[in-house]
Amino acid sequence: MAENIIHLNDEDFDELLKTSDKPIMVDFWAPWCGPCKAIGPTLEALADEFGDQITIAKVNVDDNPISPSKHNVQAIPTLIFFKDGAVVNQITGMVAKEKLEEAIKSVL
Amino acid sequence: MSEYDLVIIGAGPGGLTAGLYAARARMNVLLIEKAVPGGQILVTDWIENYPGFPEGISGFDLAEKIKEQALALGLEIETAEVQGLDLSGTTKEIILKEKRIKTKSLIIASGASPRKLGVGEDKFMGKGISFCATCDGPFFRDKVVVAVGGGDTAVQESLFLTKFAQKVYVVHRRDELRATKILQERAFANDKIEFVWDSVVTGVDGFFSVEKVNVKNVKTGDEKTIEANGCFIWIGILPNTEFIKGDVKTDESGFILVDAKMQTNVPGVFAIGDVRDTPLRQIATAVGDGATAAVSAEHYVENA
Repeated sequence: MAENIIHLNDEDFDELLKTSDKPIMVDFWAPWCGPCKAIGPTLEALADEFGDQITIAKVNVDDNPISPSKHNVQAIPTLIFFKDGAVVNQITGMVAKEKLEEAIKSVL
Repeated sequence: MSEYDLVIIGAGPGGLTAGLYAARARMNVLLIEKAVPGGQILVTDWIENYPGFPEGISGFDLAEKIKEQALALGLEIETAEVQGLDLSGTTKEIILKEKRIKTKSLIIASGASPRKLGVGEDKFMGKGISFCATCDGPFFRDKVVVAVGGGDTAVQESLFLTKFAQKVYVVHRRDELRATKILQERAFANDKIEFVWDSVVTGVDGFFSVEKVNVKNVKTGDEKTIEANGCFIWIGILPNTEFIKGDVKTDESGFILVDAKMQTNVPGVFAIGDVRDTPLRQIATAVGDGATAAVSAEHYVENA
């Protein structure tokens, strides 16, 4: 279910990083990016599976230019994993669900 | 454990078409895809040489439509990465991380991936180095970028980049393009594109991300540096055959050899689309391969 994924803007992104006690996986995406749309269902499935242990969030880079530039995102889809407010992993491009599961488990 | 009539590896246009044909033939068929259905067309901005779409269609939309059609006809798709094959018996086995899948026949449709330059660009992946203009092009608004290659993909995607970049240098190792004429005409007419002929990229440089692209003229030996924030690489492809490990015959570049029925040297094992040794790598040819292979597999299973 898509409700398990949060949509962040530039303002609540910083707020969430400061306050979250769970690890966060942020998907930087845009509506014009085919691969971004293609991995959408995978992220929704992961949110269903791991939603109580990790926060899965999406940032639309068109509407929110500050967050991607702050984190040096120059390619999408880019997934950045945060733990205690710090970047612990970054994955660019389309990746298999199994790889994402491994990446999620390693930050839990 | 049950045995499939047919397993297809890879859900690009070829694999999905094979699945669609096999599902309509009421074969017990499974398609295994490691990431998401669509394959390389997901990173293709716009497709105007696939029949039936007179206005053209985006790669993502075409992938969705082919997938929808295959699913509607009853194709089953599983998300998993194939680790290896065991083709030694009449029953073929596909090795996944947690299980083995048994099948009477197999279609390898694992596609291909972009070839890299091999000049140390890996550390700038996603930081200025890209293989996907539709993913990353908009990050280069009003910037200068370099595109490498002279084929259809290089020219088409360079044209797409001109929507964002202020300047696109197209570096090509020869003095003429291999791309189809209509794309050449558009590129030559586009004043944001400048060609750097007879040249290869020898390195990329920068602090956090790409700032400079070093280029060498292969005829004169002259070297120069282009100040650019991005470098897009379209210099051909390599077959996705890591899981095959000599199970079927390939050419010296690793592309799988097949006969006119798309069958490899192993009976009941077929290969289609970009992963096979083929004179043309297009969506139209991949879907044709897929139809041929599905019918060949059906005949093989019936007569086995």
